[in-house]
Amino acid sequence: MAFIDLQNDLPGIRGPMIYRPETGTILNELAEVLLHDEDNTLSRGEREMIGAYTSYLNDCFFCQNVHGAMAQHYFECDMQFIDNIKKDFLSADISDKLKSLLSIAGSVQKGGRYVRSEQIEEAKKLGATDREIHDTVLIAAAFCMYNRYVDGLNTWAPTDRQVYVDRAPMRAREGYSQVGLTK
Amino acid sequence: MAHIEVKEGVPGIRSLFQFSPETGKPLCELAEVLLRGPSPLSSAERELIAAYVSNRNDCMFCMNSHAAAARFLFDERKQVVDELLKDQTADSLSPKMRALLWIAAKVQGSGKYVTPNDIENARKAGANDTDIHDTVLIAASFSMFNRYVDGLASFTPANEEDYLEMGKRMGQKGYHI
Repeated sequence: MAFIDLQNDLPGIRGPMIYRPETGTILNELAEVLLHDEDNTLSRGEREMIGAYTSYLNDCFFCQNVHGAMAQHYFECDMQFIDNIKKDFLSADISDKLKSLLSIAGSVQKGGRYVRSEQIEEAKKLGATDREIHDTVLIAAAFCMYNRYVDGLNTWAPTDRQVYVDRAPMRAREGYSQVGLTK
Repeated sequence: MAHIEVKEGVPGIRSLFQFSPETGKPLCELAEVLLRGPSPLSSAERELIAAYVSNRNDCMFCMNSHAAAARFLFDERKQVVDELLKDQTADSLSPKMRALLWIAAKVQGSGKYVTPNDIENARKAGANDTDIHDTVLIAASFSMFNRYVDGLASFTPANEEDYLEMGKRMGQKGYHI
């Protein structure tokens, strides 16, 4: 049970977002521009994967399943493929550029100062633009916030992972602007 | 030098807001509502939580700027800021503030570190649900802001004096892109 009375039964981040819409609306707006906005050279799947991987490193069950399922939806793969990326992205069948960006996200998860210039150079060598590096760092940083918000208030999460897979097409269609506020 | 090409000489997160106004907009709005919007916690208290978390994340830019804002807002009581950040004592702060800072420190490590006991202690010291909510989200959001600023190695002015005007502006005018 959540540490505070959220006055609703919604799972994960949706509970506190409804409880405090002043901040909930803005948190959604940030997720929308980072993950769903089409004006981005990183695909939606790649951006969701960075969010899912960061949430996995932070051991946040709700966020890694929501965003892992989103990545699975966009990649048109199964959850096993996503789980393999989370556990060992270097061995996964994804682009070298995405691997270099996941490596940067992993450093951001530990702390901003853990990002090394060599990691940035490597990503640029593999074709990553400044904008893509910026977005990778900010997505990883943002999930260090979302994860702490979800777990720091001890919100509840469905344990059946299929629930997240089933909801992914709806979220992909509608985006994040209205999360929690209606569905 | 920053990891990406941002305007030289523009400090910290402002250079990143200029690089990416699309994300700068919600980030500014979040800082504004969290630190200055309606809350049972004063703006001075919220800036102090922000500075405290940034200090624990070793983010010099956020720590110095929000400490400067907190000093400005605490005004005659500004010594509480340096007592907390430099001397690691919170004796001049209320028991409620001490209990909330304890929760903020847990959140800085991980959301999972917060225990029912931490929450209970905060309640006994007078904290309500919104105090606890806002503390958790401020600590969580600075776990983002700090990583954003340092993860891209944005420009960090070196001296505390460089932050004096910045803190005053933040305390008076707040956060707008």
